[in-house]
Order: sequence, then structure tokens, then C-alpha cells
Amino acid sequence: MSDLRDWTIVSAADALTKGEVSSVELTDAFIGAIEAGQSLNAFITETPEIARERAKASDERRKSGDVRGPMDGVPIGMKDLFCTEGVRTTAASRILDNFIPTYESTVSGNLRDAGAVMLGKTNLDEFAMGSANITSYFGTVKNPWTPEGANANLVPGGSSGGSVAAVAGGLAIAATGTDTGGSIRQPASFTGLVGMKPTYGRCSRWGVVAFASSLDQAGPLTRTVEDAAIMLQAMASHDPKDSTSLPLELPDFRAACTRDAKGLRVGIPKEYTLDGMPADIQKLWEQGAQWCKDMGAEVVEVSLPHTKYALPTYYIVAPAEASSNLARYDGVRYGHRVPGDSLDEMYELTRGEGFGAEVQRRVLIGTYVLSAGYYDAYYVKAQQVRTLIAEDFKKVFADVDVLLTPTAPSAAFAEGDKMDDPIAMYLNDVFTVPASLAGLPAISVPGGSDADGLPLGLQLIAGVCQEETLFRAASALEQAANFTARPEVTV
Amino acid sequence: MSLTKDDVRKIAFLARIRVPDERLEPLAGELNNIVGWVEQLGEVDTAGVEPMTSVVDIATPMRADEVTDGGIPEKVLANAPDGEGPFYGVPKVVE
Repeated sequence: MSDLRDWTIVSAADALTKGEVSSVELTDAFIGAIEAGQSLNAFITETPEIARERAKASDERRKSGDVRGPMDGVPIGMKDLFCTEGVRTTAASRILDNFIPTYESTVSGNLRDAGAVMLGKTNLDEFAMGSANITSYFGTVKNPWTPEGANANLVPGGSSGGSVAAVAGGLAIAATGTDTGGSIRQPASFTGLVGMKPTYGRCSRWGVVAFASSLDQAGPLTRTVEDAAIMLQAMASHDPKDSTSLPLELPDFRAACTRDAKGLRVGIPKEYTLDGMPADIQKLWEQGAQWCKDMGAEVVEVSLPHTKYALPTYYIVAPAEASSNLARYDGVRYGHRVPGDSLDEMYELTRGEGFGAEVQRRVLIGTYVLSAGYYDAYYVKAQQVRTLIAEDFKKVFADVDVLLTPTAPSAAFAEGDKMDDPIAMYLNDVFTVPASLAGLPAISVPGGSDADGLPLGLQLIAGVCQEETLFRAASALEQAANFTARPEVTV
Repeated sequence: MSLTKDDVRKIAFLARIRVPDERLEPLAGELNNIVGWVEQLGEVDTAGVEPMTSVVDIATPMRADEVTDGGIPEKVLANAPDGEGPFYGVPKVVE
């Protein structure tokens, strides 16, 4: 089979429809690629038997004329944060290294019902806490864009690092991600892929290992914008099991991709200009604005005055919610246990051994900001600033349809960089966190390359539930950017 | 405000995470960096601002108050590290 990185959901669905390939053949090719691509460490658990079984079932359905849509028979990676019935689900943590769910998350279940073929569970930062996929208990993930002979591997971004490495490296056609502060968009930018975070509540959080419940959203990682629209359509649903899931009919996301961007109003938020931002990123951002003008959109400068407070707000809200969510890992009901003489000692030893350094740091920060005497000064204050950040966006979206920004302040960096300083690592999410705090849909589209040939993404942000506008603008931007570069080294 | 080694010991116990003694001091440094950095929020005037409770302005859907699940003890207990019959096993808590 030709270069597996040529396959998109659209081209696979087309080839399957025409009978040029069967799902079993396609799936076998990707299983082979996963075996050959072990050096990326993209998967924590591979599920070739399940994949072959589902591919066979898909081919049989197709023969009898019962096709479930464009995802039917398409091999994908599943981030190991989605609980999968009978398949180990670790969240890349030692504390869940032996956890086998007896239920299926709504999103992975929706994809299964749409006929998608799960190849395995992809690697991530532990509990999705990280921006480089270096905190996984199951080892770091290598970015397929690492140049031959490089001194160190480049990181794939995080937390959905295994998902993007799998897609960019040709080990899957698409993959699921989750995004709390940028965990879909930043790794997409680092690997030349499309990464989309929908409006908070579009995808059910039921069965997704929780990090920060008011921020967590699932979304697709794909090669093209149209693939992202198709995959989001399959993932999203109203789910009575998640009270924050939106009880709304889904629009036709794919149809939105075919509309041009003429007449759209595109805002350029002036606060997203950072001191010391690499010139290549500034240049690409300006180029992106020019592309918008060229396609008939109107480009205007806008102001989001509370932008600089988004990251510190996030680093109160997210750890606070994490400390509360992660209280469930007590060594009693599931997961790793270290025996102790008393209940408290068992808890402390279990969590001291089961959680890695970054997770411990965030749980401790969260415990502190929620503790008696500090709750108002930190947590309530942060939630008030969050209101101001959301109001900034609301005002701006009364005037413009979408915002254009860079996705990340740098290209992929080397493993080992930014390791000593947690705050330097947190700054990776400076452009993605504001939309997360406001619950807005946002997408990273590959825009170009830096001087070293590494991919750079552009981010588009839209108002609440304005995914159609987002896909419309993103398709036009994708066409203008025409990013076709590939990692040099084939795995 | 600056966290001391003893503060970190106390927070770690509240979070039920065993931190070795030699890690308390460096951890205090790391946490102080983060706390010092987030304290810039003090600059923002938030007088009279409602704290965010929900990002999407939509009423929470209601459902009938009825039992919809249950009767699956073997599934609930399937991952217990120390299951004893239909129970979770824990260290002795009552003398």
C-alpha cells in the first residue's frame, strides 16, 4: 500500500465505497505500520485483535449495504484517556496501570457505533497534564518530525502527544484527543496536523478520565479540516449521562467546510503579540491575515484586555479541579495500591508512588488554593477573572466572526528543554488557554514551516456553538496555506 | 505569602501524598514559584464580578428521579486491588 500518510478519512471512505480497498486490508496495513513505528512510542496499548474484528464487521456491513457513514471501517487511534470496555485504560499513570474499565466512554462508543476501527490506545502526558508528552509513566513520545541525526528527539507537544505522533507518522488515519488548556491544538501545531476543540459540552465527558471538569473537551486530530468536521460529527452528541453536555441538535459540520470565507469578519487580537515571539511565528500570523483578506474576508484589529491573566487563572482553576477529581485514586476501589498499616498510610503511599512529579505538583497546588483561608483569595478570584476573560470574547464576537492567532509560541522543541521550570512549560499554552477558559470552539490549522522546516499552526477561535463558522474559515485558511510538507524521516 | 517546608508537609497530608523529607524543601521552592506567578491576578479589579460557574449559558436539563442503573456488583468490584467477597478490603480502621 502507498504511503500511509496519504490516507484521510475522506479518501478512505471513498476507496471503501468504490471497493478499491477493504477495511481489513486498510487496518492490516496500519497494524503493520504500528509494529514498524515502535520508536515513536505513540501507543500505550495496541489492540490489533479488536481492530481486525471491527474491520471485518465493517466489511460485512458494507457487503450487505448497511454503511454507517464516512467513519465506517476507518482505522483510528484512541487517546488513552477514554475508558474502553475490556481494554486497559491508564491515563498514562502508574496509578491506573492495571485498570480495565467495565464500560465504554460515550465518545469512544459513538465512534465505535459509527464503525470506526480502534487500533489502540495512544500515549499522553500523565492525566493529560503537560505540553510535551514527557510526563507519561509509559515513556516519552517522539515527534515524527525529528530530523535525522538530531541530538535529541523533538517532543510532539502534549498532552495528546501519542495521538498526533500516530497520525503524523502514518500509524493511524486520525485520532481522538482531549483539550483542557490546549492539549489538542498545541500538539497539532507541533506535527503539521489539524486539531479541533469544540464548544464545551459538544462532546460528552462521560467515561473520559477527568482532569479539570469545567475545561475538559474531546475533539479530533486529523490531516484535514474536512476530516475534523466528519470525525467531530461522529464524536459529539447530547448525553444524559453528562449534565454539562449540550442538549442541542448538531449542525452539519462537513457542509460548513464547503462554504467560502467571503464576507467573514476576522479579528486579530492585539494582546496575542508577545515579547520575544519567534519572527517566523509573527510572520506566519501576518501571512494568515493576508490570506484572509485575499479570500474576501475583512480583517480588523480587536482587543481582549484580560488575555495576559488567562494563564495564571488557568493554573489556579485547573489544578483546583484536578486535586478534587484525582481524590478518587485511593488504592481502594481500582488501580495501583501500596499497602500501609493504616488507611491514611495506605492512601499516602499509594498516591506518593502512583502519581508522577507533575501530577503531584498540580494536586498540591490545587489542594493549597482550595484549602481553608485561601479559597476566596485564589479560587474565587480566578473564577472572577475567568468571567472577565469570557466577557472580553463576548464583546469581540458581537463585532467579528472568528479570531486568528498563532496556536503556540514556538515550534516543537527538544526533549529535555523547559524541564527545569514548570512555568516555562506552562507558557506553551498561552494562546490556547483563553478559549478554553471561555468554553469556545477553536481549531489549529497547519499554516507553514519555520526556518528549520518544522510545522507551525494558526489558530481560529469562534463564539459559543459557532463551529460551522469555524470550519468555514478553517477550510478557507487550509486551502490558502496549502501545507503539504511531511516529516523527512519515514518511520 | 511564601510556603515553608512545614506548609508543604501539611498540604501533602491534606492531599494524602507521601512526600519524602528531602523533597519538602525543593517542593516548597517549586510551589512558591507557581503561587508567586499566579498572584499577579491581584492586579485585576474584580469588585462586583460574578465568579464563573458555567461557560455555556444554558439551563441544566432535568430528568426523572428514578433508578436507572445498578445490580452489577461484579462489574463494580472487577478492578478492586483487594476485593474480599462482595467488599473492598482496607486496612483495619476500628480497634
